[in-house]
Amino acid sequence: MAATLRRFFDSDLWWSFTRSPITMLSALVALICILGAVFAPWIAPHNPFDLASLNLLDAFKPPSWTEEGEAQYLLGTDDQGRDVLSAIMYGARVSLLVGLSATLFATTLGITLGLLAGYLGGKLDALLMRICDVQLTFPSILVALLIDGVVRAALPREVHDQIALFVVIFAIGISEWPKFARTVRGSTMVERNKEYVQAARVIGVAPPRIMLSHVLPNVLGPVLVIATLNLGLAILSEATLSFLGVGVPATQPSLGTLIRIGNDFLFSGEWWITIFPGVTLIAMVLSVNLLGDWLRDALNPKLR
Amino acid sequence: MSGQNPLLEVRHLRVEFPTRRGTLVALDDVSFTISAGEVLGVVGESGAGKSMTGAAIIGLLEPPGRIAAGEIRLDGKRIDNLRYEDMRRIRGKDIGAIFQDPLTTLNPLYTVGRQLAETMTTHLPITPAEARKRAIGWLDLVGIPAAAQRIDSYPHEFSGGMRQRVVIALALCAEPRLIVADEPTTALDVSIQAQIIALLKSLAREKGTAMMLVTHDMGVIAETADRVAVMYAGRIAEIGPVRNVVKQASHPYTVGLMGSIPPLDRRVERLAQIDGAMPRLSAIPKGCAYNPRCPKAFARCTQDRPDLLPAGATQAACWLYAAGEGAHHG
Amino acid sequence: MFAFIISRILQALPVMLTVALISFAMFAYVGDPVAIMLGQDFTEAQREALVKDLGLDQPFWVQFATFLGNAVQGEFGLSYRLSRPVADLIAERAPATLELAFTAAILALLIGVPLGVYTGLYRNSWLSRFFLTFSLVGVSLPTFLIGILLILVFAVWLGVLPSFGRGDTVKLGWWSTGFLTWTGIKALVLPSITLGLFQLTLIMRLVRAEMLEVLRADYIKFARARGLPNRAVHFGHALKNTLVPVITIVGLQLGAIIAFAIVTETVFQWPGMGLLFIQSVNQADIPVMAAYLLLISALFVTINLIVDLLYYAVDPRLRIGRGQGAH
Repeated sequence: MAATLRRFFDSDLWWSFTRSPITMLSALVALICILGAVFAPWIAPHNPFDLASLNLLDAFKPPSWTEEGEAQYLLGTDDQGRDVLSAIMYGARVSLLVGLSATLFATTLGITLGLLAGYLGGKLDALLMRICDVQLTFPSILVALLIDGVVRAALPREVHDQIALFVVIFAIGISEWPKFARTVRGSTMVERNKEYVQAARVIGVAPPRIMLSHVLPNVLGPVLVIATLNLGLAILSEATLSFLGVGVPATQPSLGTLIRIGNDFLFSGEWWITIFPGVTLIAMVLSVNLLGDWLRDALNPKLR
Repeated sequence: MSGQNPLLEVRHLRVEFPTRRGTLVALDDVSFTISAGEVLGVVGESGAGKSMTGAAIIGLLEPPGRIAAGEIRLDGKRIDNLRYEDMRRIRGKDIGAIFQDPLTTLNPLYTVGRQLAETMTTHLPITPAEARKRAIGWLDLVGIPAAAQRIDSYPHEFSGGMRQRVVIALALCAEPRLIVADEPTTALDVSIQAQIIALLKSLAREKGTAMMLVTHDMGVIAETADRVAVMYAGRIAEIGPVRNVVKQASHPYTVGLMGSIPPLDRRVERLAQIDGAMPRLSAIPKGCAYNPRCPKAFARCTQDRPDLLPAGATQAACWLYAAGEGAHHG
Repeated sequence: MFAFIISRILQALPVMLTVALISFAMFAYVGDPVAIMLGQDFTEAQREALVKDLGLDQPFWVQFATFLGNAVQGEFGLSYRLSRPVADLIAERAPATLELAFTAAILALLIGVPLGVYTGLYRNSWLSRFFLTFSLVGVSLPTFLIGILLILVFAVWLGVLPSFGRGDTVKLGWWSTGFLTWTGIKALVLPSITLGLFQLTLIMRLVRAEMLEVLRADYIKFARARGLPNRAVHFGHALKNTLVPVITIVGLQLGAIIAFAIVTETVFQWPGMGLLFIQSVNQADIPVMAAYLLLISALFVTINLIVDLLYYAVDPRLRIGRGQGAH
């Protein structure tokens, strides 16, 4: 373990990481967001979902550094007296959860199908690539919207609300899998023709084993970069869907939901209700994107 | 060679690459000259610094590589320290270049004629119409059949050998006095290689163009070059007339190289090879870079780096040829 | 060339058919159209009459064929929510979306491409770094947030631009345009910036990446080795080679613009197809969803075809016939 750690800190990857202050800053920001979101139930100053703790008299309080603000509501409160900071922490939790799950889903699905298509070739490959082609003609947001819309129409309202979170994750995941599948398929086809794979086949190693232990590790590099860049996109997609009102259910608001709620009060001057969740969203996605950019440059052999 | 000033002089050239693990020295104290009309071959294994030398001469070293010391003079005037614009004028017009892979050297989106005409109008005071006429002439000269029709063809419409002929035409069309040819035949079929080499040779002789021919193929050198420089680990190991270097090599490395070429006149059981491998740039041995692999190495070889010393008809960077040493170890 | 077009069209047909099938499946099986249209209480007779009227008692393939036949003639049935012909609804709102998308696309291209070229050529100037940072932020901003921020600054705080609606429009035959009135143009500013910004940064980053890739190519090295001036190397050789792959992506981005119009129209209450679509998703108004899907697919497929043709026209390598080759 110590040896692996030492090798990691000695590697080109770590060196290029420490070389770039922006990357380190974005990693820090991302870490803060992630920790804040994960530990929200324990470290949030208030619980915005505990209806009993809400005080309507505290509604519409501006951020604490303004004249009418109060210290206990650092970033102000919304129309129901909910603390904006706490709502953001819980909201970030949902946003991250959906973003990570959707990306994980897309990655797994994409890798599996990509490996199968690339390794087995033939009709399966042709079929899968056709599906990818068709799906790639449409922007992913449209695919996600469509899936969400169809499920929404197919299920009665109560059932839908219960599983809405999974529907969103599924929808976003489905809309993103072709990118992964395409890349993995390409790399698999390249690897399949290499000698070490052919040697394994001659020895008689079963195809699934070849795919998993030999081909997969070599294919993971670009997948990692795409996954990181996609995480930002997934978070944004969820935020967009929630903003449009077709994302996460109202009982588990994400940052997108918060922005939508706050949008109604923009004109009456209570800007903080929508701006702070917005800033948090931007910070999260920006830091993830910066990390993804750095990762892509660091892993690119041509740039070394 | 007459006593007149050489066309190209490279003196104590040093090319460095700053990297995060320290500075790598890609070329270390490289010196040689090329006279007008002469063909200097530059041979060596991959990574010995042959291409780097060519790149340094035409001023197209890839950053972060840079010339750290030394001079390059064309016709007596320094060219290594010129601004980009000034060097640009020399490129193409005074020094031409030919690269290895004709597939990627030509811009796929422009016709052959357009690329030729463009090069000529940049350097020569002629009109586009005149340039086009001359372009057809050049295509003809390099052996492209039906030049007047092919002038409007795109690179992908030619075969590999034909493309390299076009590249040669492009390198020569502004009438430079020196050509740096970096592995011009390596990417071609063996049967085509001979044709291209013959073409290069005859054109160079016709126009009196000097050539620095970089390659790892000794056969090409033996055919084409007047003199040859053998490079090893960023340094010149031996330099001299082709005949002498090939038949009576002085430097142990050259001896090893020549010895490893399979003979055509008799059968051999095993191919001779030199044990070990050329050192990486980050781990060049102290003293003579070849000493770990040299069968004739002695104490001084591991301490001091030898300059090029006269060794018979050639010059070799080897302590065996230091005055007085030869008697002990020869 | 002709063969190329035909083959492309033939490839597009299965895609369209698949989409049509999905559309129709949604239409036929999701939810109960009869119940939705008739409301809560209805008699069995009313139900049967409606079923017969809508042709719901026919076998699947007949219904599908009818659906296709109707679709081709522009007949998409009635909206569940508004009880108006879907075709009318879409026709009313199409000009709004198309004008918005067009303006956004022009904006994105006119600014994105030059910026991409500049940051590719002069990678280390401070201006380049500034643009790159700006582009990274642009890619991290969701469209709706950009819209909200713009509204906040220009409509709420400065009060110079409207925050919703299209302004006054002028009817030219069936099309209503906002280009001809001052309020129409003012209303177009914020939404088109919102819609175009994401695409702008995408295009800029793409052009830059392509440019950097191209500048590393051997033929660029050779062009420099021939002493060609920077102007010729950068704008003659490098630029042309950069733009060829960019054309494809830009064409596809046009589709993305139309899709993201959904979000922009929601933020600005812009009366276009996108707003219609989102309202129909919210209300499970299947006919509108299906019609939108079909139309958008047709649009995308057409755009893809045009892009393919453009590619063909620009890259000579695609033009060689099967017979020619090496000599």
